[in-house]
Amino acid sequence: MKPAPFDYFAAASADDAVRLLAEHGDEALILAGGQSLVPMMNMRLARPSVLIDINDCDEMKFMAADGDGFAIGAGTRQKDILKSAETCTAVPLLLKALAFVGHVQTRNRGTLGGSIAHGDPSAEMPLVAVTLDAAISLRTSNGERTIAASEFYSGPMSTERAPDECLMAVSFPLSTGAGTGFHEVSERHGDFAIVSAAAEINLDAGGKCASAAIGIGGAHPHPVKALKAEAILVGEAPSDALIEAAAEAATDGIEAMDDVHATGAYRMRVARVLAARAISDALAEAGL
Amino acid sequence: MKPRSITLTVNGAKRTAAAEPRVTLLDFLRGPLGVTGAHMGCEHGVCGACSVLVEGEPVRACLMFAVQAAGKAVTTVEGLAGSDGEPSPLQEAFRDAHGLQCGYCTPGMLIAAQALLDENPDPDEADIREAIGGNICRCTGYVQIIEAIKLAAENLREAAQ
Ligand code: FES
Ligand code: FES
Repeated sequence: MKPAPFDYFAAASADDAVRLLAEHGDEALILAGGQSLVPMMNMRLARPSVLIDINDCDEMKFMAADGDGFAIGAGTRQKDILKSAETCTAVPLLLKALAFVGHVQTRNRGTLGGSIAHGDPSAEMPLVAVTLDAAISLRTSNGERTIAASEFYSGPMSTERAPDECLMAVSFPLSTGAGTGFHEVSERHGDFAIVSAAAEINLDAGGKCASAAIGIGGAHPHPVKALKAEAILVGEAPSDALIEAAAEAATDGIEAMDDVHATGAYRMRVARVLAARAISDALAEAGL
Repeated sequence: MKPRSITLTVNGAKRTAAAEPRVTLLDFLRGPLGVTGAHMGCEHGVCGACSVLVEGEPVRACLMFAVQAAGKAVTTVEGLAGSDGEPSPLQEAFRDAHGLQCGYCTPGMLIAAQALLDENPDPDEADIREAIGGNICRCTGYVQIIEAIKLAAENLREAAQ
């Protein structure tokens, strides 16, 4: 239960971090809040030979409107996001989901970027990013690129991030005025979700769904954007039957995992129930 | 990897010792520094027994490396008591309300509760449950711990008046 030996570098800036990543290649991992990586190292499930600590990179800790999005620096701690009234207004779904993330002690260290880069299939932050199709920016010593969150995950704890790329920021579409809902089932509050569902809906002046973002976490090997459910909602006037049809479609394409916590069949069933609840909450909040 | 010299402030005193980067803050406190108040439970971030305050905020000492705490102020359960060793009002309340049995979880509970009271002198039951939600106790069933924290808050508010 002790980590294997590694060499440690404290990056002074984001440039410093990507330079160190370029130098140490796939031997190295970025250490952000450490709330997912360090348990894996203690259990020897992860054995990086180099850790590049970005906790001192203040430029990676920010929350600010940026065009039609709201960008959050990868190093921003979860506790600071929870305390930010501005973020609460700009990305209400994120705040709702954060209420399910870990505990005081883990949120005091845990970062947004760390959770998104780690990509646990049950984690709440990746689900919000995928549901809203946030833009994830990655930097190497040669430049920066942006990838849509819906294309970022390829499996459990695997992403499109190249070993020499450092996640810099996540930009969420501004959703001021939208209704949101987030539901999950876990063994204890604060644990990883067995299944979770997120929804964000805007109503037009006539009370029809102008836009809908729906996502399911914990079921598939990575969070999934429920495109079919979204298509069922958009342009329609909400009704119980519509919510049910959308929830039914929310698991389309999902191949639910069996594990010690639950069977895949259970996950599929619960995902539909939670999707219906999240959609209903979002509609109620949007002013239905 | 070579040990490096790490200096941090523990319960108000500057302490220095050498450790490899892979040594957690918890092992650093309990080993070379001999400060054994923070307990080692799971060592992977689920039990809360290792909770300490870093710069006043509760964190899990098993999920932070000692090198990361260099230059920082760390408070362990030993730092809660008065300088004469007298239990703090929170510790008194744990005794009076039977907030502990075996005591294994208690240092972490006290740290989590102290952080709550520092921020919120009048917590309701939901605030208390949220504050200790990351700490596991296998003995008490939590009810008396919650009562102890309520009692400490009451006593502290009365004393402040
Ligand atoms: S020993 Fe750190 S959380 Fe259990
Ligand atoms: S008093 Fe024994 S674990 Fe809490």
